[in-house]
Amino acid sequence: MGIDLSLIWAAIISFGVMMYVVMDGFDLGIGMLYPFFKDSHDRDVMMNTVAPVWDGNETWLVLGGAGLFAAFPLAYAVILSALYLPLVFMLIGLVFRGVAFEFRFKAREEQRHLWDKAFIGGSLAATFFQGVVLGAFIEGIPVADGQFAGGALDWLAPFPLFCGLGLVVAYGLLGCTWLIMKTEGRLQRRMHDLARPLTLVLLAVIGILSLWTPLAHEAIARRWFSLPNLVWFLPVPLLVLLSVRALLRSVANNDHARPFLLTLALIFLGYSGLIISLWPNIIPPAISIHDAAAPPQSQGFTLVGALLIIPVILGYTAWSYYVFRGKVRHGEGYH
Amino acid sequence: MFGSEALDLARIQFAFTVSFHILFPAITIGLASYLAVLEGLWLKTREQVYLDLYHFWLKIFAVNFGMGVVSGIVMAYQFGTNWSQFSTFAGSITGPLLAYEVLTAFFLEAGFLGVMLFGLNRVGPGLHFFSTLMVAIGTLISTFWILASNSWMHTPQGHALVDGRLVPVDWLAVIFNPSFPYRLLHMVVAAYLATAFFVGAAAAWHLLRGHDNPALRKMLSMAMWMALIVAPVQAVIGDFHGLNTLEHQPAKIAAIEGHWENVEGEPTPLILFGWPDMAREETRFAVEIPVLGSLILNHSLSEPIPALKEFAAEDRPNSTIVFWTFRLMVGLGLLMILTGLWSLWLRRRGDLYQSRRFLRMALWMGPSGLLAILAGWFTTEVGRQPWVVHGLLRTRDAVSAHGVAEMSISLALFVVVYLAVFGIGFVYVLHLVHKGPLTGEGREPPVSGGAGRPRTPARPLSAPEEGLDEGTPSARS
Repeated sequence: MGIDLSLIWAAIISFGVMMYVVMDGFDLGIGMLYPFFKDSHDRDVMMNTVAPVWDGNETWLVLGGAGLFAAFPLAYAVILSALYLPLVFMLIGLVFRGVAFEFRFKAREEQRHLWDKAFIGGSLAATFFQGVVLGAFIEGIPVADGQFAGGALDWLAPFPLFCGLGLVVAYGLLGCTWLIMKTEGRLQRRMHDLARPLTLVLLAVIGILSLWTPLAHEAIARRWFSLPNLVWFLPVPLLVLLSVRALLRSVANNDHARPFLLTLALIFLGYSGLIISLWPNIIPPAISIHDAAAPPQSQGFTLVGALLIIPVILGYTAWSYYVFRGKVRHGEGYH
Repeated sequence: MFGSEALDLARIQFAFTVSFHILFPAITIGLASYLAVLEGLWLKTREQVYLDLYHFWLKIFAVNFGMGVVSGIVMAYQFGTNWSQFSTFAGSITGPLLAYEVLTAFFLEAGFLGVMLFGLNRVGPGLHFFSTLMVAIGTLISTFWILASNSWMHTPQGHALVDGRLVPVDWLAVIFNPSFPYRLLHMVVAAYLATAFFVGAAAAWHLLRGHDNPALRKMLSMAMWMALIVAPVQAVIGDFHGLNTLEHQPAKIAAIEGHWENVEGEPTPLILFGWPDMAREETRFAVEIPVLGSLILNHSLSEPIPALKEFAAEDRPNSTIVFWTFRLMVGLGLLMILTGLWSLWLRRRGDLYQSRRFLRMALWMGPSGLLAILAGWFTTEVGRQPWVVHGLLRTRDAVSAHGVAEMSISLALFVVVYLAVFGIGFVYVLHLVHKGPLTGEGREPPVSGGAGRPRTPARPLSAPEEGLDEGTPSARS
């Protein structure tokens, strides 16, 4: 066996989750920015900047779940049952957000505010609990006899809750910079004003997490601060600082597309940092991708379908974004 | 640890979420094929009525597809969150099958659905018909994967037990397990019938209100041809499915029949009605027809069928439930056959579109197919108990170790959110139905939509333009 199927699957799933975070992140962020924009025309524009693409973004979440089930059933079972309540809250948030999205367009003017509230609440709950899930995952999941061996409320701890807030800020900035790219005029100016404080808060969040994680987890501290790892991984925090500086500058320059791209870079760097911290574990702190792997005949069988279909989905996604390029204006789009 | 209450709550939660979910795919499967037939007939005859019907049902198909995607997201996670021991034990087999189902669905969404929903005036009728066909075939492929997975849980084979976990040894054996062909056929035909009766009820509703146009008549006519021909076929398929179950899951058959004991050498009667009592180990108040049980299930006048007492008490499915869900399903099936025969009689008298009594029957039969699907699934799934993977893993050993508190919270949330969300979806579908098929809809200016546009196949719900509540429903006569 020259091919490490587990490695390929870990890469596919990491990629899927990354795609999800990048793409659903700004949709959810827009939902959370909604409360700051009361004007219903502004809200229409904001929603229309994601209407053509948001639903496809959730594809990656389902693909990640199904891929995990097929390739790493142990991880699927343990992680999902360990994080039961936050995941249920997240799913319900997503259901609400999704349906609110559709029916807001179909509702009468007087009822629209109800769907707006569902949209805001759903986005906020989905984001916050995604962060909680992430935080609890980093904290580690106790496993005994191949089953989750912790408590139902293990996730209700400072670190996961802080991660929940952190993700709210991160997605908020993604949404804000996406809107800078996709809107113009007054709405864009207000987004420019929001971007700077959001960036600074996000920098603080990243700083706190970068200290908190190694302080709380010796293995993660060793991964980063032992030699020669330190040299290899040093570019990650340096690039974070450079990106933040460039981001603040581009916001000050009233750039259009650059703030969003730099925020994506920040998210990507944070995600890389996460993978560096946890590799090769799929259930931190001790179960590796190989321990949790399905037998090669399962991974191989599913890989055939994944390799055929994921490129189609990617191509389709790229095409969607290409067709949807450019600014969204008042009174445009789908009603 | 967790008690039986948490297990019961987990089972209720799964039953609740999957029962909601199955309604959408069932109608999606049926409508996709119906749309393919409509478009095929339109291309062949060039009669406007087929195109009108195509556009009308396309919108309902789109909403339904969207609802199915939303409720499906929850299903994709529930095996891990609630049935973690099942996922660990059997995930190497069911995981890949589920992944293929998901991949198929996304492939559809990314490819042909967009052309089907928005492309008629852009790609030309031939390519558009091809897309419709591909979507119809795609829904069947999705069904193929999910039923392969489910059937394997009823009649597992092609696996080996390694280190306390199942691993696939022969994928072809896993997929084409003994109950799979019957279950697949039974479910696909059930989806077609459920759709036919839904379509028929929509037509009946309009006709009863005095709306009348060729499209409505065509709807009713096509639906009733389906009822006449396919409902009896379904009865035959169901009979074969039952014989297959008798061979592989005899306890399920004994529970369905409420049959407790065999007397040496005597044939089994058929219990028409009664109350199977699990504690007293008997079926109370039984109304029986002698010998018929043996005749139906063994095609024999003497050979008895298995009886529940031949199985240890802990290996028996709940007969009280499956006895009645099975009879509900069969009763609805008989009503469908009856509706089909009645329609034939009226058709020959030229009275099909006028008989109010018949139209009222067709209206009430609208949900019959969906109800029968639920009853059938309850029968087969509860009948598999106490196993989740027949003979290999018991349900009580499959559940995640959650407490009663978190199971109650999540169940309550799902119930509230599903009723609200899918309730509104359902109302919206009814609203679209109430508007009725319009004449000449296909000649209207092309609807702008597609990948990356505001109306996109990634959001099937964006296909219909109608609002949630725009005054009173109207159909053009």
